[in-house]
Amino acid sequence: MKLSSYDPGEFYDELFLAPGKPRPEAVALFDQINSLSAADLDQRQAAAQAMLFKLGVTFNVYSDDQGTERVFPFDIIPRIIAASEWEYLERGLKQRIQALNLFLSDIYGEQKILKDNVIPAELIFSASGFLKPCIGMKPPKDIWCHITGTDVVRDDQGDWYVLEDNLRCPSGVSYVLENRRVMKATFPKIFQKASIQPIEKYCSRLLETLLNIAPEHLPDPTVAVLTPGMYNSAYFEHAFLAQQMGVELVEGRDLVVADGYLQMRTTKGLKRVDVLYRRMDDDFIDPTVFREDSRLGIPGIVDVYREGRLGLANALGTGVADDKVIYSFVPAMIRYYLDEEPILSNVPTYLCWEPKQQEHVLANLDKLVVKAANESGGYGMLVGPHATPEERADFAERIKASPRNYIAQPTLNLSRAPTMMDGECEGCHVDLRPYILYGEEIFVNPGGLTRVALRRGSLVVNSSQGGGSKDTWVLSN
Amino acid sequence: MLSRVAESIYWMNRYIERAENIARFIEVNLNLLLDAPEGLDQQWEPIIATTGDREWFAEHYGEATEENVMYFLSFDKKYRSSILSCVTSARENARSIREIISSEMWEELNTFYFMVKDAAARGTEVDWATFFAEVKQASHLFDGLTHATMSHNEAWNFGRLGRYIERADKITRILDVKYFLLLPSPGYVGSALDELQWTALLRSASAYEMYRKSHRQHRLDPQAIAGFLLLDRQFPRSAYFCIQEAERSLYDIMGNTVGAWTNPAERNFSKLRTDLNYVVIEEVIEDGLHEFLARLQQRIDQLDDLIFATFFELEAAA
Repeated sequence: MKLSSYDPGEFYDELFLAPGKPRPEAVALFDQINSLSAADLDQRQAAAQAMLFKLGVTFNVYSDDQGTERVFPFDIIPRIIAASEWEYLERGLKQRIQALNLFLSDIYGEQKILKDNVIPAELIFSASGFLKPCIGMKPPKDIWCHITGTDVVRDDQGDWYVLEDNLRCPSGVSYVLENRRVMKATFPKIFQKASIQPIEKYCSRLLETLLNIAPEHLPDPTVAVLTPGMYNSAYFEHAFLAQQMGVELVEGRDLVVADGYLQMRTTKGLKRVDVLYRRMDDDFIDPTVFREDSRLGIPGIVDVYREGRLGLANALGTGVADDKVIYSFVPAMIRYYLDEEPILSNVPTYLCWEPKQQEHVLANLDKLVVKAANESGGYGMLVGPHATPEERADFAERIKASPRNYIAQPTLNLSRAPTMMDGECEGCHVDLRPYILYGEEIFVNPGGLTRVALRRGSLVVNSSQGGGSKDTWVLSN
Repeated sequence: MLSRVAESIYWMNRYIERAENIARFIEVNLNLLLDAPEGLDQQWEPIIATTGDREWFAEHYGEATEENVMYFLSFDKKYRSSILSCVTSARENARSIREIISSEMWEELNTFYFMVKDAAARGTEVDWATFFAEVKQASHLFDGLTHATMSHNEAWNFGRLGRYIERADKITRILDVKYFLLLPSPGYVGSALDELQWTALLRSASAYEMYRKSHRQHRLDPQAIAGFLLLDRQFPRSAYFCIQEAERSLYDIMGNTVGAWTNPAERNFSKLRTDLNYVVIEEVIEDGLHEFLARLQQRIDQLDDLIFATFFELEAAA
């Protein structure tokens, strides 16, 4: 009954064409939900949330006096992606990752793309994610970005755009898996009727991806997940992935370089680690090479890696591709390395580094979203149309002071999906982060993390900015 | 397994066992007071003595009254061994080793934590009897889940080691305090009050029924009770039983046969268990129960140090 009165408004809606008229792929869900009473729906929403809390599916919030853990708000109305849409997205993402990997290999190798003037060298060298010590490194099988979470959105026409690539330590996949588990418990009947592509293989695929980069000829390589520790915002996920893969979860203090190998301190002495899935930024990983003040990292680990005695996922230096300025060149990379047209579009991006584009940005701050090139989590961002004149003036100054660090994009009218808010069904803006694994082949887990902006009218979906999440159903043909 | 992880699982179990024992101490004292003859002073001081943190209490609370002792031991966040602190620490440890323990264990500990936290929010308004029963129940549930859902591997053995060491330590403390503080003068021996107190002592170790069944006289005899709680071979809360089980886990960790020791921790454990094996309660009483218990506590502390040095200390392995 709730969904029948839902009005998608003038937005592109993920589930509805018009009031009372669901998209073909959402008809079954619509019928099922409509057969439930409002109280029933509310009660299931509460039960799902309680289950997540009981499972301890939480993220940590720094300096939050409510305690350090919070449950990532979960909405029980799923987002549905038709099989054909997914097939298109999957192809686009694979193409993109393939190009990005070739780019990383090139940029830390011959740098052909710079010599051919496809990307201005100056932009690469000034990217904070570009790590000079990684020049000349050869990761196993020439794979750099083993795990990627690429953020995509839809505009008011329903067209897909890539918002950003996350090649360092993308998080959120644990919520995808746990949300699905909760969803199955909350709506077992609805679930049985829809033909939804399963997502549970992710952890096995991840383990395969990691084993693929183990030094050769080892009978039984030891894999470990490296976490900065239990106060890290994504600690739950680090522990979850280690547990699901059945591998060790280690902190820097558990590890030491000895006899030329990375080793962990165990109750029976030192034991070799062959593959490390690191969930720690490059900067912190080895104080002898990167940040000297890092107490989280392991002195000497880069040498072990360089000598091929350790597989690292993701490889060091991948952060250069997370830079929002470099992002704007991904379509060019696809053309350059693959000689193909990009399947997925970037959001049009203005580089403040170029005087003309900067001029345009400064003149149109009230229409654009400005982002710092190297921030994530919704920090360092100006949503022009929603900002005050003071905030815009402040950003104008920042842009002028360090133009390399800022890009601007038109404010996309993100698509919306019906979401339970205070017992009512309302349209909320969503994005999507699919997870891509690069092992023997490239694998995209069907679906991904759909994040929802839970503040009315907000376009910001990050958990640190009050966002929530939904289960994402990719239908089978 | 990782040294850090082994240490966390060891302490997680110690903290849960500690929380349970505190609940036991208080619960029994409450029952005892209900039965006490009129005119007798309420005795809350002995409970504080079982903690070994008398000075801390005196400094923060002053005189021991029913209300402040119960609050102190149950909910005081600043006191590191209150039930709330223990369960919080256990959960913090569990959080750091979630990939090692089973989901069921984590969920139960999480539920336990929120139960205690909610009770603490009600403060002295809480229904104490229900609360202590719930704490004991939660601890047992956790123990049962551990037994039934976690592989009986190295990590499990470290947990068991922690659990039994903590329990052995608490048994010595409870015996010590009851023996000396509940019997202020020899005139009480054999009185109705005396019997009540020994009953309470047994109950705080859930030992009353088992004692009655096991002991040939079935009578509540102080010496026999002390003997039961210290040396019984089959009762799971006797000091001997705890030490024996801890010893078994320790050898299992190393994959050694009990007695074929390879490190100081194993050697000292076996030494202690063997000593207890050949001691009889008459000897203990003759030499002084308090002195015996003090030595036993010291040796348990030493074992804890040796476990730390052998398995947990990162420097040692580097």
